Amino acid sequence: MNKQYDMLSPEALGKIDREVAKYPADQKQSAVMAALVIAQDEKGWLPKETIAVVASYLGMAPIAAYEVASFYNMYDLHPVGKYKLTVCTNLPCALSGGVHAADYVKEKLGIDFNQTTPDGKFTLKEGECMGACGDAPVLLVNNKRMCSFMFPEEIDKLLAECN
Amino acid sequence: MALIDTINPLLTTGWSKGDAGWSLKDYEARGGYAQLKRILASKMTQDEVIAEVKKSALRGRGGAGFPAGLKWSFMPKAAPEKYVVCNTDEGEPGTFKDRDLLRYDPHSTIEGMIIAAYAVGAKRGYNYIHGEIFDIYQRFEEALDQARAAGYLGERILGSDFSFDLFAHHGWGAYICGEETGLLESIEGKKGQPRYKPPFPANFGLYGRPTTINNTETFAAIPFIMGMGGEAYLNLGKPNNGGTKLFSVSGHVNRPGNYEVPMGTPFAKLLEMAGGMRGGRKLKAVIPGGSSAPVLPADVIMDCTMDYDSIAKAGSMLGSGAVIVMDETVCMVKALERLSYFYFEESCGQCTPCREGSGWLYRVVHRIEHGEGRAEDLDLLNRVTDNMMGKTICALADAAAFPVRSFIKHFKSEFEYHIEHKKCLVDPEVQRAGSGFFRASSAAGAA
Ligand SMILES: Cc1cc2nc3c(=O)[nH]c(=O)nc-3n(C[C@H](O)[C@H](O)[C@H](O)COP(=O)(O)O)c2cc1C
Ligand code: SF4
Ligand code: FES
Repeated sequence: MNKQYDMLSPEALGKIDREVAKYPADQKQSAVMAALVIAQDEKGWLPKETIAVVASYLGMAPIAAYEVASFYNMYDLHPVGKYKLTVCTNLPCALSGGVHAADYVKEKLGIDFNQTTPDGKFTLKEGECMGACGDAPVLLVNNKRMCSFMFPEEIDKLLAECN
Repeated sequence: MALIDTINPLLTTGWSKGDAGWSLKDYEARGGYAQLKRILASKMTQDEVIAEVKKSALRGRGGAGFPAGLKWSFMPKAAPEKYVVCNTDEGEPGTFKDRDLLRYDPHSTIEGMIIAAYAVGAKRGYNYIHGEIFDIYQRFEEALDQARAAGYLGERILGSDFSFDLFAHHGWGAYICGEETGLLESIEGKKGQPRYKPPFPANFGLYGRPTTINNTETFAAIPFIMGMGGEAYLNLGKPNNGGTKLFSVSGHVNRPGNYEVPMGTPFAKLLEMAGGMRGGRKLKAVIPGGSSAPVLPADVIMDCTMDYDSIAKAGSMLGSGAVIVMDETVCMVKALERLSYFYFEESCGQCTPCREGSGWLYRVVHRIEHGEGRAEDLDLLNRVTDNMMGKTICALADAAAFPVRSFIKHFKSEFEYHIEHKKCLVDPEVQRAGSGFFRASSAAGAA
């Protein structure tokens, strides 16, 4: 394996290869979204150098990969806490407590949206509709774990579980 | 909470076992893949399949309601490389039906896509899945593996001459990728900025090739249509509004969730199925088709039936079938502020009227809500929307304008009260209680 890709583990590169295989041979760039997710999962966030490595691996210009990374909301271009909590505050959720749930988390953690607790454990984000409005309030942990019906007790429990 | 209630289950037949009924063997046990087998074994022609779909009057379930069979017939016959793409980006606020379709019954969408690929002559397809629902993406990948292992996907499907393979593409947080050409750009590994149309995807789609793109629910209906016949499907609903439809009911009802009902079911019936109004409170307004659809006051929606034509006649859109129910505890200015923020946040920025206009709408609604509204603000809002609608590359600008215009039209006095008195017409304590958040443990909530 080419040395310049050492920044990513062989497992990560293997996963990227599996994504590349989903697309026509001359369309490797189609895998860039998945590759950036894989890189973000491994690094915790996406430094510019990591984005450049992903771009080079897929044979595309670094700026083209950076454009993608900055366009989609769930890529983290800055370091985030160990647990990134994203609360949906869009109208359907708000009707059933989405905004109140966000306020509750803010108060519990002593941070506002887009802030990280001093111990580096939690980052809070405001999310848009996650396609789960019937389960409001909903909250996403680290982009991939959806938590439904997050009333005060459930939020307390979740925060206690994160360590 | 897999399936709550239904009048005439088709799409939701497989939901009754909840998370235990999604896999291939379950789907086959309830007749799954029988239609694909029949089409291949009887060597049905492409035109015959399309004719059946046309007969069903199946209209696109993603929002625009375009007849699916007609869309398929636009695909050029001769092109060597064509694609079928499924839109599971489902980001329209209020909509959560496609998530449950893929969660409880992913194979009906897969079979629908294979049949569509056969009808339009595509060899490859993608399902674009909303970023926030990772577990659903994983399940869909697993379902694809099952279908491939069983010979329903891949080379020479079930020994026929027909080959087709299907893959999942996972989004990562961008509402605009629900717009079909933004979605195609996104699969190509770019920013999801919509393209100028024409050319439409049927001529210039994924990688510049002819592409059929439909919503998840549209594809999921196909095996059922082929099974019962287009005419029988049509007759379940009403003329020009064939079949059944999933409605995602959210907001102030006792049982939010997905409900499958025949097109033309009275709204009042749907509300009853969803358990009625939470706490027995009074209905104030309903957004009947996702946040982009104009809001309707209680008395108007109570007279509607749930189908494209009835809702359009009442001045709104059936859209994606997301029914957002609001009771008397809602401040309409605050409700609109949330929506306007959303469109401002999600505008992709390439058209000036949308990029700038959505920002204006949000800022002006925000200042009205926060007691800084000016007498001329309602006219200003209407003027800004005039400069947005129909003047942009995609319909997001219209989607941002519709709520603003309809909220002001139907609830003008609340906006005026805000501007004049610098506060809500609805008591903030009443609003706070309305969400039910502090219900579970009120002591903790009051802290
Ligand atoms: C801003 C915007 C967002 C959209 N979001 C979605 C979506 O999340 N899901 C969807 O199926 N269609 C969405 N659409 C509609 C698609 O562009 C397209 O019409 C649809 O996928 C076609 O499938 P159908 O004919 O089966 O409905 C959106 C359109 C716009 C303008
Ligand atoms: S209307 Fe808005 S979202 Fe659509 S292409 Fe233009 S700027 Fe982008
Ligand atoms: S509005 Fe929160 S998930 Fe849809």
